[in-house]
Amino acid sequence: MTALALTHAKFQLLETVRIPMALIGSAFFPAASMLFFVVPFVGGDPVYSTFATASMVTFAVMTTNLFQYGAGIAEDRAQPWDPFTRTLPAGPGPRFLGRILAGLALMAISLIPVVLIAWLFTAATITWGGALAALGALALSALPFTLLGLAIGYSLPAKAAIVTAQLLFFPLAFGGGLMTAPGGAPGFVEDIAPYLPTGGAARLMWAAVGDFPFDLSATVALVAWTVVFAGLAAWAYRRDEGRRFS
Amino acid sequence: MMLARAINVSRRYGDVLALDNLSLDVPAGQLVGLLGPNGAGKSTLVNLFTGLRRPSSGTVELCGRDPRHAAARATLGVTPQETGLPSSLRVGEVVDYTRAHFPDPLSRDEVLARFDLTDLVRRQTGGLSGGQKRRLAVALAFVGRPRIVFLDEPTTGLDVEARRSLWEAVREFHADGGTVVLTSHYLEEVEALAQRVVVIGGGRVLADDTVDAVRGLVAIRRVSVTTAGAVPELPGVVGRELDGRRTHLMTPDADRLVRDLVAKDVPFADLEVRPTSLEEAFLTLTGSTR
Repeated sequence: MTALALTHAKFQLLETVRIPMALIGSAFFPAASMLFFVVPFVGGDPVYSTFATASMVTFAVMTTNLFQYGAGIAEDRAQPWDPFTRTLPAGPGPRFLGRILAGLALMAISLIPVVLIAWLFTAATITWGGALAALGALALSALPFTLLGLAIGYSLPAKAAIVTAQLLFFPLAFGGGLMTAPGGAPGFVEDIAPYLPTGGAARLMWAAVGDFPFDLSATVALVAWTVVFAGLAAWAYRRDEGRRFS
Repeated sequence: MMLARAINVSRRYGDVLALDNLSLDVPAGQLVGLLGPNGAGKSTLVNLFTGLRRPSSGTVELCGRDPRHAAARATLGVTPQETGLPSSLRVGEVVDYTRAHFPDPLSRDEVLARFDLTDLVRRQTGGLSGGQKRRLAVALAFVGRPRIVFLDEPTTGLDVEARRSLWEAVREFHADGGTVVLTSHYLEEVEALAQRVVVIGGGRVLADDTVDAVRGLVAIRRVSVTTAGAVPELPGVVGRELDGRRTHLMTPDADRLVRDLVAKDVPFADLEVRPTSLEEAFLTLTGSTR
């Protein structure tokens, strides 16, 4: 089971790496935002550049998961290769697990430029404890966006899935306060941000890396979103399996 | 030992009844051709046997088990549609991917050599020709040392030489005791390979017999003559085709037709009497359902 899941992950990654635009696409936005907005404007300020880096990490986590699961799964479902793989003597488990493993690897790859740019070109600083806490926050934040991506990928045809991911990612990023410094967003954004999954994830990340008060209600909202997206993903997966296996 | 069996299987899609209380047994070692026009229920039946769908009612078994359980499919080989090969993966990688799912697969080199793919091992499948993709697709069915393979239109669109070499590979597998279920519109293929033909139409088995018997079942002969003018209406003629000055007449009684032609003093040349091809037999059998 695990060996087969690793095999699936390997081939998923191979397919992605062979079409490098997909990889560049998910790593580009956060890295470019770092270079064009964070480095020139707050790059010299250790506090702000650390927060901004945390925001961009959250941004990268959201976009890679939304797009690679949302668009990737919807495209795979449309391929005639998919029914062939379901005739092979393995259940859906290893393939599903392989996809998640590949997704984690791709997410890590899209985070590397953000962290590198922060380290090399800004005054951002982080303690070892902070980095460890940030990793925990990262894992917790990746979960709802992975589930949302799965829900999109399993419920929509490819073209609709891509558009849906595109429609979701900007309002989520802006509304969650990822484009602005903590406390610096327009008033209505400050009001809704803690209750959006992006806002909750960013607040968790800010609290991990810097002097930002832990926001319990935002974290509870993040967990609630996770539960909602898990329900949606499970519903979409079952509906899809039901339609294809029925 | 029955490797694949369908017992009173019905399958509906909404209001459409794709399979209508169909039963079919495929014993070990047989090479069965599954024939039928589009929409006859062939693909639905194959999808039930390969675990892709479940029947609305009735029982489907593969090696004595429910094909939707992964373990039942350990000795199953299926061809993917060649248009569905992952285009960015290389030939060798697609073989390895498939091998990873089976407990005791053929070695990669053996698979490649048997289907003449060794030189293509590093090519991405997206860059292969139609014939090369088809060879790879058929090869994948044999990767896991299957006891039963389902081949869907295995050689449609291949040139004569490529077709013959694929047929040879299928015959070799069958000669070693393998069981094959071949679906095809391509009737020459079924005539060339299968011992038993199952004709499906309207979700039912219309005929299930040897190639010769299915041909004999309709027992229609094709009488061809070249004439200067039109051939007059004659009794017992069920079909007529005109090909330049050549007229092909279909009849259940060729002897009587030839006697009638002579008796009516029709000035014909190049008389030829042939048994109908399986295609003609098949069109006659399914004609009533269309």
